[in-house]
Amino acid sequence: MAAFKQLDFLDLDDQYSEDELMVRDAVRAWVGERFMPVVAEHFEAGTFPMDLVQEIGELGVFGPTTPEEYGGAGLNSVCYGLICQELERGDSGLRSFVSVQGSLVMFPIQAFGSEEQKRHWLPKLASGEVIGCFGLTEPDFGSNPGGMTTAAKRDGDDWVLNGRKMWITNGTVSDLAIVWAQTEEGIRGFLVPTDLPGFSAPEQKHKFSLRASVTSELVLEDVRVPADAMLPEARGLRGPLSCLTQARYGIAWGALGAAHACIDEALSYAGDRIIFDKPLAGFQLAQKKLADMATDITLAQLYCIRLGRLKDEGRMTHFQVSMGKRNHVDMALCCSRVVRDMLGANGISLEYQVGRHMCNLESVITYEGTHDIHTLAIGEALTGVPAYR
Amino acid sequence: MKIVACIKRVPSTEATAKLSPDGRGVDTANLAYMTSFYDEIAVEQAVLTKEASGGEVTVLTIGPAEASKEVRECIAKGADAGIIMTDPEWGSRDNLSTAKVLAAKLGELDAELCFMGRVATDRDSASVGPMVATLLGWSCVTDVVALSLEDGTAQRETEQGLETISFSLPAVITCDKGLNEPRYAGLKGIMAAKKKPLEEVAFEEVPSQISTASLALPAERSEGRIVGEGPDAVPALMEALRNEAQAL
Ligand SMILES: Cc1cc2nc3c(=O)[nH]c(=O)nc-3n(C[C@H](O)[C@H](O)[C@H](O)COP(=O)(O)OP(=O)(O)OC[C@H]3O[C@@H](n4cnc5c(N)ncnc54)[C@H](O)[C@@H]3O)c2cc1C
Repeated sequence: MAAFKQLDFLDLDDQYSEDELMVRDAVRAWVGERFMPVVAEHFEAGTFPMDLVQEIGELGVFGPTTPEEYGGAGLNSVCYGLICQELERGDSGLRSFVSVQGSLVMFPIQAFGSEEQKRHWLPKLASGEVIGCFGLTEPDFGSNPGGMTTAAKRDGDDWVLNGRKMWITNGTVSDLAIVWAQTEEGIRGFLVPTDLPGFSAPEQKHKFSLRASVTSELVLEDVRVPADAMLPEARGLRGPLSCLTQARYGIAWGALGAAHACIDEALSYAGDRIIFDKPLAGFQLAQKKLADMATDITLAQLYCIRLGRLKDEGRMTHFQVSMGKRNHVDMALCCSRVVRDMLGANGISLEYQVGRHMCNLESVITYEGTHDIHTLAIGEALTGVPAYR
Repeated sequence: MKIVACIKRVPSTEATAKLSPDGRGVDTANLAYMTSFYDEIAVEQAVLTKEASGGEVTVLTIGPAEASKEVRECIAKGADAGIIMTDPEWGSRDNLSTAKVLAAKLGELDAELCFMGRVATDRDSASVGPMVATLLGWSCVTDVVALSLEDGTAQRETEQGLETISFSLPAVITCDKGLNEPRYAGLKGIMAAKKKPLEEVAFEEVPSQISTASLALPAERSEGRIVGEGPDAVPALMEALRNEAQAL
């Protein structure tokens, strides 16, 4: 596979600091040399390359914004965005693994956990010694998680959890699950070690999307945890939703990475492929497709940089994240379909990347708030009228 | 022990080289750069040496101020400090002037061991390492693929086979592929590198004696021809090699 060349039509590299570029390039090099050679194989087998987890931890991309005292790298949010971009340029499954670990497991512990919970879990999660998952969605509650039926009941000092979660990334390979459950005082989050009696996480098979990522059910039958397993500072839906804002921020950048991979492949393929005696790149129809994609990608790059700077200044709103997630995933999905077509029959082969991205993005457009739900969020921001129900 | 790894910032090997309008250099507009491939092996060897037997690793380059990205990347991989000897005209230096400046700096730094790449991937000269050693009166082993400082031996790959050389310090070692596998800069290393010293220093210029008169891109290669497949193709291939290519 040819080395990746990133489209930078507006010379936007100038907008990043030297360390931001170093972080991006370090992750880019790792993805290119260590992940790309094995991804197609894992996608086909429906597995995640678990043998790389330790290396990913050493690279430092699990919870990279976590302060150094808790084992993180203390990076800014623009760096986190660039990391997601590079990981998803490899595969949405890789970015999902890292998003879940960082934004959905480490973030809530950092934001809502006790000092003891932070000291105990964060360094192990940052190194990859402990793998986490985030259990919010249930068979009957996806876009409306507030209706969840998983429940935690007090029994003496302990909590006893019962219920079922669905579509949980990394469930089967996790050591720790963050489980959101109804209690008498509303929705609360619990840190549940997955080796407790009554906990099981059967894998959900037969996916055609995000195949290089493990997706699982979580089954909780009288799972007993001590009082200090509850996240003390997360009360109500605001807890899980604020985690989702972090992860969605990463997806806004990640989807851009997938789009970059697609146009890069399209450009090299169109240059090499001779049709009717000349390169495909020399036909106007092909150029129109390339020009449309390059324009959309360039606008998304600008959006991401601005979003990242706002986040680092503490001014980003979840509505702005919704616009980024919604638009960039949709844009990347459109690019992947166009490029799939430009590659002809090769476009359906796993020897090329685009088919993998196209299938993956069907998950990405649904999880972390569906396209429609983000439409409603933007609508709410514009009109002041929530129209979710 | 003071260990120095010399690196050069070179155009990315992925970049398509275009000639500058005056035809004497490469067009640097929008050109992407990287640390020369073999120099990364030199940095890794310096860091491995420090990890095994202690010491301090300084990354040294002659180049533009923008080389700070490459130098910091090397620091992020385990070096302790970086020095950029700033020269805006770095692209047109000749090897001897570069070697003289580096040799003087190595002396000033009290270095005992200097690692360099076998060759820089831009100019392909493979001469600065031996020149520096000669100027300083140090040992020099080039194209090293295995090294034991304890035994004072280095192995180099030659066309005849593997050669084992005994040497004593101080020494310049030029590093070849296979000597080690350079590590990735982890994100924590990148953050830590921000806190380590990176100096930009001016230096007394040694004039170049050689300048580039002109550069030309290689002629386009004519297309290959497949004469057949499998054993059946052998006679046609022999015929082509004998008569057309006159290679036999
Ligand atoms: C591969 C994968 C990994 C996942 N990983 C996780 C994980 O780690 N943790 C986790 O908790 N969840 C995870 N999910 C679940 C994901 O977050 C949900 O699938 C998502 O929230 C949508 O829920 P749903 O599937 O129940 O769809 P539904 O909510 O049933 O939506 C169905 C359709 O209805 C539309 N819709 C919903 N509400 C409205 C409305 N008000 N107005 C108009 N249209 C509406 C939706 O846009 C969609 O088109 C994952 C999903 C996938 C596919």
